Amino acid sequence: MNGPLLEARELQVRFHAGRGKRPVRAVDGVDLAVGRGEIVALVGESGCGKTTLARTLLGLERPQDGTVLFDGAPLGYGSGDLKRYRRRAQLILQDPTGALNPRQTVYESVAEGLRIHRAVARKQREGIETSEVDLVSAALAKAGLRPPEGFFMTYPHELSGGQRQRVVIAGALALEPELLVADEPVSSLDASIRGEILALLLRLRDELGLTVLVVTHDLGLAWNIADRIAVMYLGRIVEVGSTEQVLQAPEHPYTQALLSVVPEVEEIEPVVLAGEPPDPSRIPDGCRFHPRCQALAGGAAEAAGVADRCISDPLPVIAAHGGHRAACWLAEARSPSSP
Amino acid sequence: MLLRIRDLDVTYRTAAGPLPAVRGVNLDVNAGQSVGLAGESGCGKSTLAATILRLQPPSARLSGSVLVDGEDVLTMRWGPLRALRWAGASMVFQGALHSLNPVRRIGQQIAEPIRLHEPSVSGAEAARRVGELLEQVGLPASRAATYPHQLSGGQRQRVMIAMALACRPRLVIADEPTTALDVMVQAQVLTLLRDLVRDLDIGLLLISHDLSVLSSTCDRVAVMYAGRIVEEGAASQVFKDPRHPYAAALAGAFPLIGDLAARFGPAGLPGDPPDPRHLPTGCSFHPRCPVAMPSCAETDPPAVPAGPGRTAACLLVGDPEREPA
Repeated sequence: MNGPLLEARELQVRFHAGRGKRPVRAVDGVDLAVGRGEIVALVGESGCGKTTLARTLLGLERPQDGTVLFDGAPLGYGSGDLKRYRRRAQLILQDPTGALNPRQTVYESVAEGLRIHRAVARKQREGIETSEVDLVSAALAKAGLRPPEGFFMTYPHELSGGQRQRVVIAGALALEPELLVADEPVSSLDASIRGEILALLLRLRDELGLTVLVVTHDLGLAWNIADRIAVMYLGRIVEVGSTEQVLQAPEHPYTQALLSVVPEVEEIEPVVLAGEPPDPSRIPDGCRFHPRCQALAGGAAEAAGVADRCISDPLPVIAAHGGHRAACWLAEARSPSSP
Repeated sequence: MLLRIRDLDVTYRTAAGPLPAVRGVNLDVNAGQSVGLAGESGCGKSTLAATILRLQPPSARLSGSVLVDGEDVLTMRWGPLRALRWAGASMVFQGALHSLNPVRRIGQQIAEPIRLHEPSVSGAEAARRVGELLEQVGLPASRAATYPHQLSGGQRQRVMIAMALACRPRLVIADEPTTALDVMVQAQVLTLLRDLVRDLDIGLLLISHDLSVLSSTCDRVAVMYAGRIVEEGAASQVFKDPRHPYAAALAGAFPLIGDLAARFGPAGLPGDPPDPRHLPTGCSFHPRCPVAMPSCAETDPPAVPAGPGRTAACLLVGDPEREPA
């Protein structure tokens, strides 16, 4: 099939905050496509809904509206459907120490998924002669833990932080998934280990054709490994495009502000936005970024004649397919061809 | 000189033998100056920070000196030491959520060091100072009545900073103050720290594993590996033109956006930091070093001048034929 491996269409996820309170609109209309063998970075501040979106794409949350499509078919939410889906799509979390059972050996941790999904029996039915030990070894080797036998009987506390994250990745790879969703895969790791884990993700894509959605607030990580970037703000994707387009020629003022405070970017006057990301139960009218927008406050929107639209006209959802887009009235006024 | 550390050794006694956490560290911080300390977990940077306030665990054996305003913290008697903590030097810890008491209002928590260290201050005066401190860190004074759970992560970290400033210290030690925070909030907190150093003329020792954060916030940076400072110099120079191969690896770990070499080429450093109980012979970095020579396994290099106002502890530094590129 030539379509994207993973696709979200008009996805909405709301949480009830309690009686008499407004619902929290964590994901508020998202279209997103992740192609086969592609690495896409989903970038935003905490509270922007990026983790909820990732969980919804994995079937861990059920959207109130919209559809998640995997391999062209809508995701089913029956327990059998989800179990089948989990063989094909795996999640890696931020903190490897928390993700591993301290009383389980590395072998047991990696084999657990294989047992739950009866992977050995399945392979044998397909006529492939294999054993659990073979599959665990192969997964550890793919994650860069060599020789794999040397790690079988070790416990998490005997490993370094980078090795633990490799064990977590091996556990995800054991089932030979097509999609990895990595939520901040290196943010709890030391600087020198970070590059090694990112290089591993790149190698897995090149050698196994793995598709990776990486959720992060780290723009340097995106520059290191991502083909495309989607920037999320308050439940919506506000800018999407190739990594080069989004990071080197950002169109949305929010992306521009994020980039300006990254120490790795030089010679940009930092735009430190005041305050915290606003409350997803009270999404502002018009452009949802307008109360913090430096282009509106600085008069650039006024000069382009769009200031009224920024305050009162909601922006359409950015389509999943197509090139570099930003959900911004000012960006649209500057390049009338884009929607 | 506000802080002057000389030849500091900190060794933990453990069941498995002595564990040298800090080995022969020299470091200075002036008033109105911010100094960054970079390194991986386990390199000894948090032990070094704790030792400045003599907060190291009881199993630690110390030698060398830590002078705060000319007085040696390591040999100080209990009374002066107690006065030094908070009032002379104070600390901002990493996890603001875990360092604040969840069932007390933040105003009470900020006032606590004031009441303990300056018993003559009246309740009304303490409350006024709490309001001032909150405004200094960019929070409305009315927030004194809130509980920690009502604040966001960035606001809690501001409260921690306000608390550290409560007794008007001259030296502030901040251990990974922005690690758990978002980019935008991190930028806010770092801007705040920079402004406080300038406005209050305090000295700041900022500890982080992220060299890029330190280079954008600090005047000087020291890079620590396996208990030793391997490079020290002006912050922008160490980040842009590192001389020690380990400092170069740390600087490369966070790529410059737009740098084509880093595009699909994340820079990593193979291997893991050494076990401090079994340090490699010679230079402790040589097993992981991309440019190690045979002599590196034999000679533990001392810190030598590596340009104006900077030092590095590497055999390649100062050798014109083998200068690392």
